[in-house]
Order: sequence, then C-alpha cells, then structure tokens
Amino acid sequence: MTSPYRYTLGNRTYNFKNLAELMAKATPKRSGDILAQVAASSSQERVVAQMKLAETPLKNFLNEALIPYEKDEITRLILDEHNKEAFSLISHMTVGDFRNWLLSDETTTDIIKSVQDGFTPEMVAAVSKIMRNQELILVAKKAKVVKSFRNTIGLDNRLSTRLQPNHPTDDVVGIAASILDGLLYANGDAVIGINPATDNISQATKLLKLMDEVIQKYEIPTQSCVLTHVTNTIEAIENKAPVDLVFQSIGGTEATNSSFGFNLNTLKEAQDAALSLNRGTVGKSVMYFETGQGSSLSANAHHNIDQQTCEARAYAVAKKFDPLLVNTVVGFIGPEYLYDGKEITRAGLEDHFCGKLLGVPMGCDICYTNHAQADQNDMDDLLTLLSVAGCNFIIGVPGADDIMLNYQSTSFHDALYARKVLGLKPAPEFEQWLEKMDIFSDMKNFILNKKMPLAFSKPLNNLLGEIA
Amino acid sequence: MSKIQDCVIKNRWDILKEFTEARIGLGRVGVNLPTNELLAFQLAHAQAQDAVHLPLDVDSLSQELNNMPIDLKLLNMQVNETGLIQDGCTPILLHSKAQNRSVYLQRPDLGRRLDEHSIKLLENFKSEDITYDLAIVIVDGLSSFAIKENAVKYIKKLTLSLANEQDSWKIAPFAIVQQGRVAIGDEVASLLNAKAVLVLIGERPGLSSPDSLGLYLTYNPKIGLTDAYRNCISNVRLDGLSYDEAVNKSMYLLKESRRLQLSGVNLKERTQDNIIENSFDEQKNFLIK
Repeated sequence: MTSPYRYTLGNRTYNFKNLAELMAKATPKRSGDILAQVAASSSQERVVAQMKLAETPLKNFLNEALIPYEKDEITRLILDEHNKEAFSLISHMTVGDFRNWLLSDETTTDIIKSVQDGFTPEMVAAVSKIMRNQELILVAKKAKVVKSFRNTIGLDNRLSTRLQPNHPTDDVVGIAASILDGLLYANGDAVIGINPATDNISQATKLLKLMDEVIQKYEIPTQSCVLTHVTNTIEAIENKAPVDLVFQSIGGTEATNSSFGFNLNTLKEAQDAALSLNRGTVGKSVMYFETGQGSSLSANAHHNIDQQTCEARAYAVAKKFDPLLVNTVVGFIGPEYLYDGKEITRAGLEDHFCGKLLGVPMGCDICYTNHAQADQNDMDDLLTLLSVAGCNFIIGVPGADDIMLNYQSTSFHDALYARKVLGLKPAPEFEQWLEKMDIFSDMKNFILNKKMPLAFSKPLNNLLGEIA
Repeated sequence: MSKIQDCVIKNRWDILKEFTEARIGLGRVGVNLPTNELLAFQLAHAQAQDAVHLPLDVDSLSQELNNMPIDLKLLNMQVNETGLIQDGCTPILLHSKAQNRSVYLQRPDLGRRLDEHSIKLLENFKSEDITYDLAIVIVDGLSSFAIKENAVKYIKKLTLSLANEQDSWKIAPFAIVQQGRVAIGDEVASLLNAKAVLVLIGERPGLSSPDSLGLYLTYNPKIGLTDAYRNCISNVRLDGLSYDEAVNKSMYLLKESRRLQLSGVNLKERTQDNIIENSFDEQKNFLIK
C-alpha cells in the first residue's frame, strides 16, 4: 500500500512512510534528529516535508497515533482527553490552515482558550514546524496561561523567575547566601527551587525546612521546591515535610517516563498528597515539571519520533496535573541534541509555543553546557525573544553559573535586564512584597535600592558579628 | 556628571562569598554586571570549553594504579583473613566506538559501546569460573581533568573500606575507557562477569568546577540498561563532596545493592537519615536567626 504522504516537486516524487516520518523530516534541522536518523536528508527534502505537512488534515492526527494506543499511556492520555466538541471549530483544517488561523487577528486569546482542549500535542508540534520564529512568538503571546499557588504567574506584562540557589554539597549557609542574593535582585517569585546534590529524602526535608522558614519569616508570597524524584517527595510528605510543590522531570513517551522511574499513577498520587497539605493561598496548582528536547532519545524511548514532537507530548502529561510551573531546560542535555546557539534558540521558542498552545504554563531554563557551541550572547538573544513572547518564567542563578549542575543559565541580573527593557513586572503579590521590603528604590523604572534593605541587613550583621 | 568608578554599585553581602563558590554579591552597573565580573565569567567559560577537549593521560593514570597499594583480599578470596598488601594492579585499557572527541560529542550511542579491540581484550580476561562482586571502571567522560585529580585518590580510600568489610568483596581488574559514556561500564562489567559496576567518570566541566568526578553504580549490569537502573554520586572533588563522604555513600549503596540485588530508583540513598537532624541544628541558616 502506498502512503498518503506523497509530494511531487517537478519530476521527483517524495514518499514519506507515515505521519511520524513526515513530521520528523519537516522539523528544522537539529543534531538530535540526525543522531536518531529521522531527520531530512537534504534541505530540499525538509521543505518538501513541510509543504506536505501543511496539506495534511488535522483529523489525521486523531486517526494515526504516532505510538500505538495500546502500547503507550501517553498516547492513551492524549486521545482520551481530546475534546471533540472543542475540536469541531478547526476539524476541517489542514496544518497550513491551522497556522493561518492561529496568526489571524480574529483568533484572540479567548478563542484559543476555548478551542485549546481540541488541540493535540502532535497538531501543535506539526504547526510549529511550518512557522517562523516571530510567528512562534506572536501566537505564544496570545495563548497566555495563568496559574497560582501563593502568587499569580503568567499575567500579561509579567515575567517571573525561579531562584535557583544550588550548592554542590547542599551547604545551608551557602544556599542561604544565594537565596539572599536572589531576593535582593528581585528574583524568586516563580519558586525558590533547589536541585539537591544527592537524591536523599532527609536531604530534601532539610532543604524544604530551610526554605519554608525563610518564606515564613520574611512573609514572601512565593513557594519552594526541592527538585528530587517524585517518589522521594511523596515519602517526604508522609514524613510531614513542608512541601509546597511536587517536582518531576517528564518526557513524552511512556518508556521515557519509565526510564525516569514513574508513571501517570505516580504523578496522580503525588498531586493528591500535595493537595492534601493545602498550603496554597491564592491557588491550588501544586506541580512543577521540567522537560527538554532529547530526553526520549537519550532514554532510547523515542519510537523514531522526532525530538520536538516527543517534547510536545510531554506537555500533555503536564497539562493533566494542573502544574504551577513547567519549564523546558532547553540547552541542558548537550550538543548531541541541540548543537549550537541557533538550534537552542529555535527549540526554546518551539517548546514555549507548543506548551502555551496546549494550555501549559511554560517557562524556560535558557541554558547551555560547556561542550555545546553556545555562549552567553545566545542566552541574551533567547531571553529577549521569550520575554517578548510572554514566557511565564525563567531561571535565576547567581552570575548565570550553576555550581552544582555545571551548566550556564540566566542570572538574576539577566532577569532584571529583560524586565527593564520590556517593562515586565514580577507576579503582582511579589511585586508588592518587593516594594514593602525596599528592594527597589524606584519600582516603576526598575532601579534597585543602593542600600541593603533593613530586614536583611540585620541577619547579615548578626552573622558577621559571629564570625568576628 | 559622576566619575566612572561611581557607576559600580557594590553589594554589601559580597562577604558571603566565603560560604559558597556561587557568583553572589557581584555588584552591578544599572542592572548589568561590572566589567571585571563580566570578563571573569568569559575567562572561566573559555577555560571550561578548553577542558572538554583535553585528552586523558592514560599512561600516567595506569602508572598511578600500578603503584597503588591494594589489599590482596579484594583480588583473591583464598588469602588469609589478615590480607596482604601488594603494589598495584595493571588496568585494562579500553576504548569506545567513538574514535575521537568530535564524534564523541555528537554520537553518545558510540560512546556507550566498546570497540571491537576492547571487546576481544575483555574476552581474554573472562573465565567462566570467576565472577567478581564489583568492577571499577574509570571513564574519561567530558573532563579528563576530573579523572586525573580524583580517581586514584578515591579508589585508594574505597578499596580500604571494601577490604575492611566482613563480607568479602572480590573486585575485577580495573578498567580505563577512553571516549566513554556512563553506560559503557555496563558492557565492561558484563564482559568481566562482575555482579556490579562502579563507573568513575569525568562530569561535564562547570565554570567553577572543571574537575568534578561522578560515580555511577549498577547492579547486575548489562548492555541497554537505562539511568533508572543506576545510582549516582556526583561532584566528588576537593571543593565538592569529599573522598571520605563519597566512600561512605558508595559503601552504603554497594552493600545495599548487594543485599537487595538491585540498583537505581528502588535503591534510595539514606546514609544521612540518622545524622541529618543534628547537622541541621549545628549548621544555621543565618537568614532566620
């Protein structure tokens, strides 16, 4: 039987075996798809695949599962959760029509929201493959997603940050020093989130207590998280640890998640446990997920699907559990998946776009490793683009250099740059707190106080007294 | 008009730098970094990028292992209970299928598998009657510098602890792998008939830590296992996790994995469960005092 995915250009006919192959070949070039041997073999084949993909009816995505329904619980999740009524408005469209519709002036934020449950990850991944960077930005900005726990994240003209005070040995004073640095640079409204140095439940509990005490003492309208395995957090909750958010790294195939050591039931159990603590004040979104292109390939669990489509499928997992925060750690895995600054930038914009279209509160860890062809200028570019696109949050690391995870991200300074040039404020509850604490001398113009705020100079003086 | 040096706003809390390597208290010009801090970062980045490409000095590493005192109990179960110390153990030198660094960086699949020559070498070592409790495999990874600085120092302390255990440990000949990824240890260990493998690998270099050693334990290693089957101890280096602490954690994981006959997500690291409350009281968070 010949495949319906054929395209004739001049006197040459291109045959694409199935939808998965068409999607993979239509993807903008990146090293991970070449590694997986699913990428287009030439630039022309890539564009031909995009042309064929543009002609492909959206209905095909419901009739042709990229991984069989019986074999993968993420496929089952995607198809079982699909809302046919919402889909009816766009059910006659091709991928190309879908692009036009998304870009249209008539398609507003509210309309996207009302149709959103009719999109599948594969549809949004497909349409992203035939869009330019500015289009990914424009549509993502329309598709805003707002979530709350102790503050409200994702509102218009706001940019939040995760304060990431990691330390290679989880030293309490070292972590507290980085938290202070971040707060005084007006960072930390998305979450104060630590990647612990060891995957140990007592360690996680120690760090949770540390952050909880700081948040309570200074009455900071934010939440904390220790980014440990979901099963560790469940156990920590059973041990009465002060857990605000449950973290897990997630991928877009069942096999990827098995390799991470969890399944959808585990996440449900964790969400229920966190909700039972009832620690939110303005909302009940208790989950924090991280994703990133390449994780399925890295776990040998990609089923010959391109890495960007796998990534979009991970957002279906995220969406199911009403997360407060989801971020793609875009350049973290390394050059075998995203080779250089150009590939990292494109992937960051695609991930943010796909997540937002599906209704997921997307942030981004704008980052790279030292074995990739990227530098801080590439981070500046992506930071600026994502800030324009209405990205919910970015990561704030002291000096952009994470001394525990050994990679470079964005710094507290970088977040202030983006806020300043684009007039973006932090979450409203946190904004009020910054004002109350005298962290800014001129909030309107984003000018920090030259003097150290009183509430923080006291504990610092105490510490110095002890040392002296 | 203010003078140039007045532009830089210093952070009073920069004294906290003595508690962390993190780039805190950098100060600012407006919302940006002062010039000296900007250039310090660029230099560290340049050094880390260069470190990725520095090849492992296999000869001197072999020499060090050769000169290392090791308890004979670990090598041969027949020795009497006091054990004897001998000088060294000649490591087996192996190479992945990734021929050079450029291939290595873009083809992790090749870095996870041994080349033909290495497989033959290991098959010569293998004997149906001998099984080992543990294989120790040293892999260059992304920082040969980390191996050079830390591998032998850590192995010395680990083998001492292993030799002091009541339940005997029999260790396979040491192996050194060039252009390798973590999973290559599984192939090495299964070819050696080892029940568990501990991989020592150079972690990717960070700006402040180009010398960080990672340890990965797999029980019942075989080709194709995912990370869910491994336990990791990270950041072993002078300014990171000390060798003694790393050995404590390793011994805990080794003994527990042998007892439970598994490794990975079902094997939780609980070495600090008893002491953590005390250490928390001693080590105060100055922000809440």
